[in-house]
Amino acid sequence: MRPLHPVSPGLRTVLGISFFLLFVAFWAWITLGGHVNRIFLADPLSMLRDGWRLLVEDRFWLDILITIWRVFGGFVLASVVAVPLGIAMGAWKPVEAFLEPFVSFARYLPASAFIPLLILWAGIGELEKLLVIFVGSVFQIILIIAVKVGSTRRDLVEAAYTLGSTNNGIVRRVIMPANAPEIAETLRLVLGWAWTYVIVAELIGSSSGIGYMIINSQSRLATGQIIFGIIVIGLIGLLSDFAFKAFNRWLFPWSLA
Amino acid sequence: MIKLLIEGVSRTFAGVRGGEPVKALMPVDLTVAANDFITILGPSGCGKSTLLRIVAGLEAPSEGRVLLDGKAVTRPGPDRGMVFQSYTLFPWLTVAENIAFGLRERGMAEKERDGIVASYVDLVGLKGFENHWPKQLSGGMQQRTAIARALANDPEILLLDEPFGALDNQTRGLMQELLLGIWERRKKTVLFVTHDIEEAIFMASRVIVMTARPGRIKSDVAIDLPHPRHYTLKTSPEFSTLKAQLTEDIRVEAMRTAQV
Repeated sequence: MRPLHPVSPGLRTVLGISFFLLFVAFWAWITLGGHVNRIFLADPLSMLRDGWRLLVEDRFWLDILITIWRVFGGFVLASVVAVPLGIAMGAWKPVEAFLEPFVSFARYLPASAFIPLLILWAGIGELEKLLVIFVGSVFQIILIIAVKVGSTRRDLVEAAYTLGSTNNGIVRRVIMPANAPEIAETLRLVLGWAWTYVIVAELIGSSSGIGYMIINSQSRLATGQIIFGIIVIGLIGLLSDFAFKAFNRWLFPWSLA
Repeated sequence: MIKLLIEGVSRTFAGVRGGEPVKALMPVDLTVAANDFITILGPSGCGKSTLLRIVAGLEAPSEGRVLLDGKAVTRPGPDRGMVFQSYTLFPWLTVAENIAFGLRERGMAEKERDGIVASYVDLVGLKGFENHWPKQLSGGMQQRTAIARALANDPEILLLDEPFGALDNQTRGLMQELLLGIWERRKKTVLFVTHDIEEAIFMASRVIVMTARPGRIKSDVAIDLPHPRHYTLKTSPEFSTLKAQLTEDIRVEAMRTAQV
């Protein structure tokens, strides 16, 4: 094979799908063929059966909706705080000098370790779930946006100054629009991470949501349900990512033209 | 009438890691009359761009001062329009919105802007491209938009920092004619930095030749070729004589730069 040589779109699709098939086939072979104990790993067919029962009988779709709401609620909360702060840090160096050391430190505080504390503060209700996602996302967003904004093309800023922009005009009509697509991309990335935090939040002290269903299934050794839950999370994550990407493309046609 | 006065302007850059400070520009004195087209010609690294950036207010001189219409320049402003060598159109704005940028910053109403923008779109021959994104334009079209953007503000002086430096030779020639044509019709004070001898002579009413770094003014050559100028002028005997003279001037400097 020639290194770095591009692959045709048709072949790319075929190859991409065939790994999925291979993966499921291997899974079916070790489970249906009796190579692993059914208690530890359900086969694909009973996974689908369990999933169907979950949706129809146990109203699992309600859990899905609750989880989606938590992810977006926490994510929106984090974005509303982090985006203006990130822009301020990137644009004004004293603000950066003031906040950057703390935010860099706070970024390494694991969101999951905050759960016991957040339960003490906010109980085990919705607010606590939102806060876990908030803590997990907010510092990341601030830092990434501050770096992007800080590397705004200087020649564009200079051009705007020679056209009469004030300091305020530079921030609002050069720095912000210039970085808007990158900011949206950052949010898309962090939304993906928020999906992992929400499950962690739902594993502890929760009575609803996909994560709750998973931990609940563990005690009943319902591995089919667990796998179904994991796949549902993956699919929703993939869908929201596609939607976000399409939205960004629609919002910023100039960055692709 | 004196439009721009550069008095003893020099620039020294602080040394890197405690090293010797670097002198980029020796004290320069220059007087520019209103509606003059001045080209500043020099080998690369001679500080000609630095001089232009000081006039624009994007850099501060280490010594000396710049006066525009008798007022000292301290910071960039819309009275000194600038066209850069790099493509600096705002990528999130269309051609028309780019040209309107300065007017909008001034708070001009949209209706009033539209008329001005349309006339400058026309002036640089971009009719039909008003709603294109910068990315969809060729380099020459981007620089035409940048010129229109700077002119739409009706600045007192137009500063151009090797604006056609990144263009291919043919486009470059066409752009020179376009800009000169605009200047011949509209009359504007222009400071044009270049390292291209032919370009410097063709555009200018005065060529300022600078020495190798640290730059200072080596010669000040009046170009008395008649206007309107046509590209065929570049093959005329008068043009060749000037070119030979300036080539000799600049060659010495280029050799000094190369040997450093």
